[in-house]
Amino acid sequence: MNDLRPVPGGAPEEGAPPGADLAALLQRSARGDEQAFAAVYDALSAKAYGLALRVVRDPAQAEEVVQESFLEVWRMASRYEADRGSAAAWILTIVHRRAVDRVRSAESATRRDAAYHDRNQPVSHDETAEAATASLEAHRVRSALATLTPVQREAVELAYLRGYTHSEVARMLDLPVGTAKTRIRDGLIRLRDTMGVGSLR
Amino acid sequence: MSIDPTRADIHALSGAYAVDALDDIERAEFERHLTGCPTCRDEVDDLRETAAALAEATSVEPPAALRERLLAEIRTVRPLPPVVEPAAHPIRARRRWIALVAAAAVIALGAVAWHPWTSPSPTQLTAVAQVQQAPDAQHFTTHLDGGTVTVYRSVSLDRAALVSRDVGAAPDGKVYQVWLQNPAGAMVPAGFLQPGSSASVALSGEAASATAAGITVEPAGGSPRPTSDPVALVAFAS
Ligand SMILES: [Zn+2]
Repeated sequence: MNDLRPVPGGAPEEGAPPGADLAALLQRSARGDEQAFAAVYDALSAKAYGLALRVVRDPAQAEEVVQESFLEVWRMASRYEADRGSAAAWILTIVHRRAVDRVRSAESATRRDAAYHDRNQPVSHDETAEAATASLEAHRVRSALATLTPVQREAVELAYLRGYTHSEVARMLDLPVGTAKTRIRDGLIRLRDTMGVGSLR
Repeated sequence: MSIDPTRADIHALSGAYAVDALDDIERAEFERHLTGCPTCRDEVDDLRETAAALAEATSVEPPAALRERLLAEIRTVRPLPPVVEPAAHPIRARRRWIALVAAAAVIALGAVAWHPWTSPSPTQLTAVAQVQQAPDAQHFTTHLDGGTVTVYRSVSLDRAALVSRDVGAAPDGKVYQVWLQNPAGAMVPAGFLQPGSSASVALSGEAASATAAGITVEPAGGSPRPTSDPVALVAFAS
């Protein structure tokens, strides 16, 4: 517990603003407010970059993914619908989609080889734990992940953090075709219930 | 793998869809399913929220230069207006309703305003590519610190962009700032050049009337006007 991040002492630029504030900042971005957009970026850039880095691996490409994604956030800010989820989830959804598109398009051939290779390699079970930051939020995520079955956890991690399709996940985990999607869904539902995500609506 | 969208277990794809784990064909089919299935729509929103929470555990601070690059780029891009539902003409709407009622009843209930929330990546050109690919694009190349710098300009778009290769880092605590020279001869801040093997940035300001682009070394964060002589300069031919 000695490496927890310091609690922000009222300085508005420290840490992520609450979700409602982010939604308001997005609304101002949609009207062309560059400072509001910069605040959105500052609140989410580390999560976005970390996520992109996880999926694409290459830091230069991860930067491009984040830049393209936030440019889309700037353009599309007026299309964000608060009743469908938090601003953070909306933005990280865009980042994830772009990261996945990138690994699947440009490198589709090599990735297929890698998927074949990965199938014959032990999957690292503790990737999330290794790279985790020492924050309260990260602790909450790790605790929630620990409630999943090993297969659910691996399926969720391979799909979300490494960008594989459910069919690829099935092969990598030696699951019958068509069952990985169920493991992913079951795993996410359990995480949702453990973390209390989505209970606001 | 293909799916019959009417199959009962298509609902089971909600989790894989939420984490982008469907292939393109499955994704299209599931999005079609979503237009008529409010249960899956709610579940997808929830599971995306859940997946996003996983990113809490993967935070990595991006390089500061990324922020500067992004904030320079958005200055050249106009945010889209909100989606405005077209006001339906009552009589026409009624006719259509009668004609389509049998076929469309299921879809009409749930589909009205739903859209997938993310768009495929390659559809929009970046601001830099727009300038490079404009029919009247001009380009001017010069050297900087062992690398090359090419400035692209489109008079019709009133935009300029800069692409650099193999430019070494600016001195400690300094940045490369880019300027456009206006017709009165003043240097107007237009963005920042990122060192490295390859970088590009859309320049802000009035490119069509600019007479030249220059690069100076400035303190981190940039300056309102140049504080040193340019390390690179290109004059725009008209
Ligand atoms: Zn459904």
